[in-house]
Amino acid sequence: MRLPFSALLGLSLTGLFLFIAIFARWIAPYPIDLAVGGVWEGPSAKYWLGTDTIGRDILSRLIYGGQVTIFVALASSILAFSLGSFLGFLAAVKGGLVDQLLSRMVDLVMAIPSLIVALVMLSVLPLNLTVLILVIGVLDSTRVFRLSRAVAVDIAVMDYVEAAKLRGEGQSWVIFREILPNALSPLVAEFGLRFIFAVLFISTLSFLGLGIQPPLTDWGGMVKENKDGLIYGKAAALMPAAAIAALAISVNLVADWVLTRTSSLKGGRGG
Amino acid sequence: MHPVLVLVVQRIALGLLLLLAVSAVIFLGVEALPGDTAQAILGQQATPEALANLREKLGLNDPAITRYFRWLGGVLTGDLGTALTNGADIATSIGQRLGNTLFLAGCAAAISVPLAIILGLIAARYAGRWPDKLISGVTLTTISLPEFVAAYFVIYLLTQVFPVFQPVAMVFPGMSFWAKLQAVALPVIVLVVVVLAHMMRMTRAAILNVMQSAYIETAELKGLSPMTVIWRHAFPNAIAPVVAVVMLNMAYLVVGVVVVEVVFSYNALGQYLVDHVSKRDLPVVQAVGLIFAAVYITLNMLADVIGIISNPRLRHPK
Repeated sequence: MRLPFSALLGLSLTGLFLFIAIFARWIAPYPIDLAVGGVWEGPSAKYWLGTDTIGRDILSRLIYGGQVTIFVALASSILAFSLGSFLGFLAAVKGGLVDQLLSRMVDLVMAIPSLIVALVMLSVLPLNLTVLILVIGVLDSTRVFRLSRAVAVDIAVMDYVEAAKLRGEGQSWVIFREILPNALSPLVAEFGLRFIFAVLFISTLSFLGLGIQPPLTDWGGMVKENKDGLIYGKAAALMPAAAIAALAISVNLVADWVLTRTSSLKGGRGG
Repeated sequence: MHPVLVLVVQRIALGLLLLLAVSAVIFLGVEALPGDTAQAILGQQATPEALANLREKLGLNDPAITRYFRWLGGVLTGDLGTALTNGADIATSIGQRLGNTLFLAGCAAAISVPLAIILGLIAARYAGRWPDKLISGVTLTTISLPEFVAAYFVIYLLTQVFPVFQPVAMVFPGMSFWAKLQAVALPVIVLVVVVLAHMMRMTRAAILNVMQSAYIETAELKGLSPMTVIWRHAFPNAIAPVVAVVMLNMAYLVVGVVVVEVVFSYNALGQYLVDHVSKRDLPVVQAVGLIFAAVYITLNMLADVIGIISNPRLRHPK
């Protein structure tokens, strides 16, 4: 099977971002929090992308910031997936009151924009990495819940699920051994989209000053730090903005490809 | 009673119920989270006596449910309480800023709605050919960006590369309407960019959906020109889904406006909300959060109601 160009581009860029995030310590030319040059210097051989609002190397901060952005996004989308798909499968298998209760709760949370819910929650919770991951993960799990419930409702009426129940298998066997393997392919494509959502969400929160706090930084926070430079024509704020855009678009390309692959698989095992 | 009316009334009742539930989530949900309002006001160094006094004064010793109904009663009578940080009346502060937010969002809506529909029509007319691919490609890119990223690219482009605009938006009382329009031009452009992509893609999908009907094929076989087919046959039938799309995206505008106001330091409701989240001023956050939630729910409800009314199949009871 041939890989389309867009998928190849998306995969290699996503891989590159992951590689840089994992090995940030060894790749970044300067420390994260050290003023090494003048304020808002342009790109040069010494500072490839120039320096920021207090003279720190932008490239190094981008590398460390990417680590935080990707880590938070990954952790919260994994949380969203474990929570959302487990509850979604549970609702589909149990049905009745459990299903009603869970579904109405999800409807309620989804009736308000996620950003507004997050802002209300963050006005009381302490601002640290764990809280941010929990807030984004829980809010995002509502979408995973709807998808996995819809997928699982279709699977739950299949003969092999019926057979497993008649064999006397327990609830957890039915969820993990019968439904999960068969629901995996649509969920994998969705994972990419949820990851992008988490990247955009954490970036927006940090940009509003309610996400990652110094001395740590992420791309949204870097845009915030450097935004005033734009008035004087300094493009420093555009670098992290471009990084967010590049990450979101490349993951999108991969997710698109997985989505078309899995939907063409629906008919059988071929393709 | 007419069945359409029954459906509409049901939908509105459901919306009101949802709003009530959301108010409970905003108030009681926050209560359930760890955190102490009295501590938040007085800071970490406060003595236990001072904390106890303040709790007494704010009525924090009552059970949460009592305070919820007291708060809800206040909201319904227009009394939103006072801000913890400066003791200002929240309703007055919101009143001063609500107009600015509505002005910004209204301008953005007035431009983006017709533009999105025209672009959606063009994309649907040339589906699969280059105008469609160009429009869809550009909108796919803007959808993948958070609002503030799109905002800074537009700002850089329009203030530095092509210096047409001022990068700050100041609106103050007493400004003429024309001056206000000029001041919000850049934020409005940013908001339009943000909303346009979603709205245009959904319009395109709605029209393409209608285009697959049998009566469109008949119209084409009669030999009508493609634009006439779209304008006379597809568009009237696509109005209901398109209006629903527009309403949903107005709701999306509600979130976009919060971020765009912060980008431009535009003194309005979104900026007010974000400021008070970082100051941990809970009463303000709850009041503004409830307003945003109410607008969002109302717009969604309106989209459904228009969908019900404009559906010809529901108009003639069997």
